[in-house]
Amino acid sequence: MSWFRVRTGATGGSEPAELLQVSGVSKRFGGVQALSEVALSIHPGEIHGLIGPNGAGKTTFFNVITGLVPADHGRFVLAGRPYEPKLVHKVAAAGIARTFQNIRLFADMTVLDNVRVGRHVRTKVSWWHAVLRSPVFKREEAEIRRDALALLDFVGLAARARQTAHTLSYGDQRRLEIARALATEPRLLALDEPAAGMNATEKLQLRELIERIRAQGRAVLLIEHDVKLVMGLCDRVTVLDQGRLIAQGTPAQVQRDPAVILAYLGTGAVQEAGA
Amino acid sequence: MTRSKLIIFVLAAVLLAVLPFVVLPLGQAWVRILDTALIYILLALGLNIVVGYAGLLDLGYVAFYAVGAYLFALLASPHLAETFPAVAQAFPQGLHLPFWALIPLGAGVAAIFGVLLGAPTLKLRGDYLAIVTLGFGEIVRVFLNNLDAPVNITNGPKGVGSIDPLRVFGVNLGETWEVAGLSLPSVTLYYYVFLALVVVAVIISLRLQDSRLGRAWMAIREDELAAKAMGLNTRNLKLLAFGLGAAFGGVGGVLFASFQGFVSPESFTLHESVLMVAMVVLGGLGHVPGVILGAFLLAALPEVLRHVATPLQAMTDGRLDPAILRQLMIALAMIGIMLKRPRGLWPAPRHESASPSAAGSKA
Amino acid sequence: MDIFIQQLINGLVLGSMYALVALGYTMVYGIINLINFAHGEVLMVGALVSWTVVTLLESSGIPGWALLLLSLLAAMVVCASLNFLIEKLAYRPLRSAPRLAPLITAMGMSLLLQTLAMILWKPDYKPYPILLPDDPIEILGATTNMVQILIVLTTAVTLCLLMLLINGTRLGRAMRATAENPRVAQLMGVRPDHVISATFIIGAVLAALAGVMWAANYGSVQHTMGFLPGLKAFTAAVFGGIGNLPGAMVGGVSLGIIEAMGAGYIGDLTGGVLGSHYQDIFAFAVLILVLTLRPQGLLGERVSDRA
Repeated sequence: MSWFRVRTGATGGSEPAELLQVSGVSKRFGGVQALSEVALSIHPGEIHGLIGPNGAGKTTFFNVITGLVPADHGRFVLAGRPYEPKLVHKVAAAGIARTFQNIRLFADMTVLDNVRVGRHVRTKVSWWHAVLRSPVFKREEAEIRRDALALLDFVGLAARARQTAHTLSYGDQRRLEIARALATEPRLLALDEPAAGMNATEKLQLRELIERIRAQGRAVLLIEHDVKLVMGLCDRVTVLDQGRLIAQGTPAQVQRDPAVILAYLGTGAVQEAGA
Repeated sequence: MTRSKLIIFVLAAVLLAVLPFVVLPLGQAWVRILDTALIYILLALGLNIVVGYAGLLDLGYVAFYAVGAYLFALLASPHLAETFPAVAQAFPQGLHLPFWALIPLGAGVAAIFGVLLGAPTLKLRGDYLAIVTLGFGEIVRVFLNNLDAPVNITNGPKGVGSIDPLRVFGVNLGETWEVAGLSLPSVTLYYYVFLALVVVAVIISLRLQDSRLGRAWMAIREDELAAKAMGLNTRNLKLLAFGLGAAFGGVGGVLFASFQGFVSPESFTLHESVLMVAMVVLGGLGHVPGVILGAFLLAALPEVLRHVATPLQAMTDGRLDPAILRQLMIALAMIGIMLKRPRGLWPAPRHESASPSAAGSKA
Repeated sequence: MDIFIQQLINGLVLGSMYALVALGYTMVYGIINLINFAHGEVLMVGALVSWTVVTLLESSGIPGWALLLLSLLAAMVVCASLNFLIEKLAYRPLRSAPRLAPLITAMGMSLLLQTLAMILWKPDYKPYPILLPDDPIEILGATTNMVQILIVLTTAVTLCLLMLLINGTRLGRAMRATAENPRVAQLMGVRPDHVISATFIIGAVLAALAGVMWAANYGSVQHTMGFLPGLKAFTAAVFGGIGNLPGAMVGGVSLGIIEAMGAGYIGDLTGGVLGSHYQDIFAFAVLILVLTLRPQGLLGERVSDRA
């Protein structure tokens, strides 16, 4: 399973400094400027948090870089190569895989099948091989099955492989969604509020899982409302407010940033913090 | 394969093999019912790929059936030679394309139509897709009905007749075949050919289902956006579903044309499309055994009842004739089965676990 | 230009009837996301019931217009009850079933209604008596008659009344709320079952009206008469924007005009290759074009938020 580690040096030469480099992203919805000139960069293998008060534009930004929503302007570079986030499936093929805030699994399919679908984009045997049950087909199917089971094992769901996805508990569904996304061999895993609705124990398990993902060499971008989780887990954090980038840096830096405090808590809090 | 499954398999195979002989003494009409049912099963399997696997609600599937039927009709009957002197000159013996050429041809041409008719529907939401495909089905029928002027291609409402029966390995299916001391009438010969093709269709369906493509289709059916986010090129996958599904329909049409010897636009109405969708849904969406059951029930049962219902007709002063009874039965079946078993009579088995499901269950 | 006005009038008449039926489709779809395939059959039942009443009382000496009104009333009552029952018995139990189940049931219901009508009324085409003076009336060089003018006027009045109902009454508010977000509407005290029943009843009344109009205009009734108009009315609803009431009206009238114009001019347009037999597929051609270029329909769709 050599692919399980993230490929390095794929661009032929030294690894680019930034895995994802996004700048000048703007998006307007009718009368609302959802995003103004937002820039973000993610180092390879880092866990990067995206936070901000409600309505800051986090999900919109997420949707823009993963191709669900077209931006009005923006420059997008992934692993040194520019990409146009217009076609959702091309974004995944390029190496950004995401999960969804309200968990979008293939509900009536089994847990194993959900992950096997994730392998689709990295496998290529055509349908006529399937009809003929050729050796090429059998070989690839065995690989897909093996890889999918390994992924389920990685997230701790191996015992549930045969279950129908919608019968899983909420926490397990989240993990399945992550496993499915990992199956696409992403360089960047984008998680949309992965800890929503979780209790403290589940959050700890999630944190541990994300750290293991980072250990594989993948970068993780996550939107989260749980500030404690973000500050404890992330290497760097980007803060948005009302569609604008207001701070970017390590959790410690961001926490002390007056603009951030202002955005979350209001002017009174700034004075308190400054004192 | 487990032992019990093997036994069932063998029993089923034997039953299917001797079925025409068992039924024939009751009359040729009954074997004919089996033949018709087999064609519908083939069609339902094809539609199952589109509706069952990929989740594309195609209400115009009859178009592909019609394409296959008319293709065979035109290439294996005197019509074109009679209408166009150029054709008569080029083919002095008339147009009689052979079976082994026409099956792939029917499949291929229908597949092309499938892609053509599917292409405009790719961005449409489920119910809109249904109406547009319905529209396409109607458009094809109206064209078939009216392409007798200015150039007579389809012979309009009069239809095309004198279609060649199938000729397989030198055997003319239109006549009784004396072999090995047995006297096999035409209906029985057709039965075996149809059965063979249905078996092939079943194998193809099952192999597609349990493959990368099958899983991709089901992902699209479940949640197209999530599928795209996992890198699936949903556009091409949907077109492939339309194409492959239509291919089955085309073959069904070829079989129908040769079996009946006559085609007309009357056989390819919206009712037929609705019937086929009902077969797939009533049987069990996406589940091959269920689809076969649904197709068989909706195709054969009304016919069977038709034959035993003549007393009813006398009782109700001629109002309840066999055709009406058939329609009534199908309508009641559609309503009744959906109310009692919304997932179909024989849906795909689900794997529940002991633990209850939390949030995230499908509404 | 000689047939332009004539076809325009024909189109307006046809479109009025389409609009009435389209409203029923769009209201139901907007509220429960179901294409009620059986809706065209409601038109047919309305027409046949009206025919029965008229035929029964034909020789009673009641004036034609009164007969028409009486039969219309009867048709509305029967259709409303029928639709109410259909919803309650066949659609309501399937509200949380997989998406395709209610669609199949609706298609089955359509077939059932047609078959029952064929049994009850026998399959032959029945002439609808002429109840209003049918002397030709000349307008701008085209010919029309009392029935046609009444159709257009009645439709216009009915549409206004409907908009009044939707926008000015409590029921109307409840319907709009349920169409937008059924769960929240329920939290506000709206009973979704009542609203849905009301929607079906209103749709049935409109379809019954259209059925009587159709019978009076084309002069004959038969059990298959509702199917194709129903289908076309649905495409008109999609054309105008599904779930959108003004959209259904605009879609219906537009489709009628397009169909009439197309039937009139297609011979010239295609140099005689295609004749007016292709009229029936205009609706679909229009639909396909619209959905390709503007998937949300002319006036935009309004479907309930089921997230």
